[in-house]
Amino acid sequence: MSKTFNLKKIKNLGLNFGPQHPAAHGVLRLVLSLDGEVIRQSDPHIGLLHRGTEKLIEYKSYTQALPYFDRLDYVSMMSQEHAYSLAVESLYKDFILDEYGTRIEIPIRGQYIRVIFCEITRILNHILAITTHAMDVGALTPFLWVFEEREKLLELYERVSGARMHASYIRPGGVHIDISKGFLDDLYKFTKDFAIRIDEIEEMLSKNRIWLQRLVGVGIVTAVDAINSGFTGVMLRGSGVSWDIRKEKPYDSYTQLDFHIPTGKNGDCFDRYLVRMEEMRASLSILEQCLNNIRPGDYKLDINKVVSPARAQMKFFMESLIHHFKIYSEGYCLQKGFIYQCVEAPKGEFGVFLVSDASNRPFRCKIRPPGFYHLFGLDPMAKNHLLADVVTIIGSQDIVFGEIDR
Amino acid sequence: MAAIQRRRGPSVVGILGTLQPFADGLKLFIKEIFIPAKANKFLFILSPILFLAFALLLWSIMPLSVNSLVADLNLGILYILAISSLSVYGLILGGWSSNSQYAFLGSLRSAAQMISYEIALSIIILTVVVYAQSLNLSTIILTQKDVWFLFPLFPAFLMFFISSLAETSRPPFDLPEAEAELVSGYNLEYASMGFAFYFIAEYSNIIFMSFFCTALFLGGWLPIINLVIFSAIKPIIWFSIKSLIVIIGFIWVRAAFPRYRYDQLMNLTWTVFLPFSLAIFALTFVLNVFFSF
Repeated sequence: MSKTFNLKKIKNLGLNFGPQHPAAHGVLRLVLSLDGEVIRQSDPHIGLLHRGTEKLIEYKSYTQALPYFDRLDYVSMMSQEHAYSLAVESLYKDFILDEYGTRIEIPIRGQYIRVIFCEITRILNHILAITTHAMDVGALTPFLWVFEEREKLLELYERVSGARMHASYIRPGGVHIDISKGFLDDLYKFTKDFAIRIDEIEEMLSKNRIWLQRLVGVGIVTAVDAINSGFTGVMLRGSGVSWDIRKEKPYDSYTQLDFHIPTGKNGDCFDRYLVRMEEMRASLSILEQCLNNIRPGDYKLDINKVVSPARAQMKFFMESLIHHFKIYSEGYCLQKGFIYQCVEAPKGEFGVFLVSDASNRPFRCKIRPPGFYHLFGLDPMAKNHLLADVVTIIGSQDIVFGEIDR
Repeated sequence: MAAIQRRRGPSVVGILGTLQPFADGLKLFIKEIFIPAKANKFLFILSPILFLAFALLLWSIMPLSVNSLVADLNLGILYILAISSLSVYGLILGGWSSNSQYAFLGSLRSAAQMISYEIALSIIILTVVVYAQSLNLSTIILTQKDVWFLFPLFPAFLMFFISSLAETSRPPFDLPEAEAELVSGYNLEYASMGFAFYFIAEYSNIIFMSFFCTALFLGGWLPIINLVIFSAIKPIIWFSIKSLIVIIGFIWVRAAFPRYRYDQLMNLTWTVFLPFSLAIFALTFVLNVFFSF
């Protein structure tokens, strides 16, 4: 007689890497299916920070919609403003054509200021990404050392806009106001010292045997997988794909600047860490070039139908006052049409798809956040890794929930 | 640690922040004690008591000065090893009785880690014992009169230091308590007094391990050189200074290094520390027996 045994199926342990978690980088609910300590499946549940940004933008004028972009990726603010401003500028109506029919560009000084702030933003973001990642993995010290540098950069933000983080400074048409008198001097002082700080972090981490053990070989993404999953930015470059929008489709002054794009080889967390460190150094070199090249001049377009005039002008000339009033109350109208404008935000390719129906409000503004695609690449990346590696991988993907949930 | 991190640590409470631990203790004391509904009440309350009791029992054989011990056991080392093994019970029971997934996982890992590193520790301690030819802590200290065991047994000292970091769950081996992973591990469900007990027991363990390390390798309460000037400073002060240096080492390592992943941690003890400590033990044994090293 044969006995049939009723074997119980061993289910995997379902663990909620909950919304409130010190390492979840925001509100991430990650449902992990664990087999002992090995992860079989990870399922991110997003939407806990959804604020209805895209819908709200449809009800605001183009100027009023700008601050929403600051608050998307709240650690690298000006890159998003930049993307939006470029998108709006491409849809300007015909009055920005000069007598030969060519589009008037933003004045050179405005372009350089934008690039300066983009690179400052890149440094801000990478500092936060690397050191919070290090803190999650256990190295508590670089975080504290280097946040002081972040404070200095936020002071620069504050000088120019009044707000340390959400500046609303880069606007369609240029920048809002000119940079103040001592700004470039202080920026120069910062760039002189910052290289040593990067060296300090590298000294703590890059050759540390424990750091290497935790990061090398963890979360490997091949170049083909990275391209197919929609990864951009550091995730791509860490896997060896040399794609940087600042070189492929340059915007503003990037056409005149010369910089190096670091790429990794293996596509693991350690390569991405090294790529971010090198990118910080490349940003420093870009900042130096900007400091050398910037000249006095206009900082925003002169066309007062779409760009509000300077305050001094507004208080003196009647026409400027009228323009100021019209722009801030009713707003301006763009051409009918659509455009997808992307920039190389520190986290990857941040894109804005702007549809305009010739009224004073955007008809539709779709935002392409880089973190969204990175987060959903977590499942293949974290398969068959241990629980502690999930924290490492999330940190190395540089996820911020503001932009994923919008 | 604040100095390493270039920030100001607690400096408000008391002069230069010295009253901070008392303030922390007071806060924990006056908080509400609660027991999770589905927890095993008896074990839940017993585990921190057990853990703290064992941590404090260890101190009874530590010679703080020439003859001042609570109990001068001839089997002092054996007593230490026994009590440290027993204290693992406090961890396991604490995590298990909390009836929480996170706490349970944390306590299992903690227990496995402590047990594995106890093996490496025991072998290194055995090395010192063979060298000093006694299990009595006071005798071990006295044998270091001419030269501290730090010098002949330097690799053993390094391994002892690292193993005691793991034994007390200090960074870089603090995965069970790592906030980022398990949000405090086995003592997750404990509030106020339970947490205070675990907390005090852990720090008592750290201080004990530093004193123990000093007793075994750095000459205990012996002065640096046996000169009259140095003998004017009391032995207890010497002991404290040397142990403080070891404690500073513990804290320095915490500020500097990231954390080992659990499997790497276990890998380290079984494939690195165990063979090395056995090798050093064998070497010392051979040298001692055949060449009276």
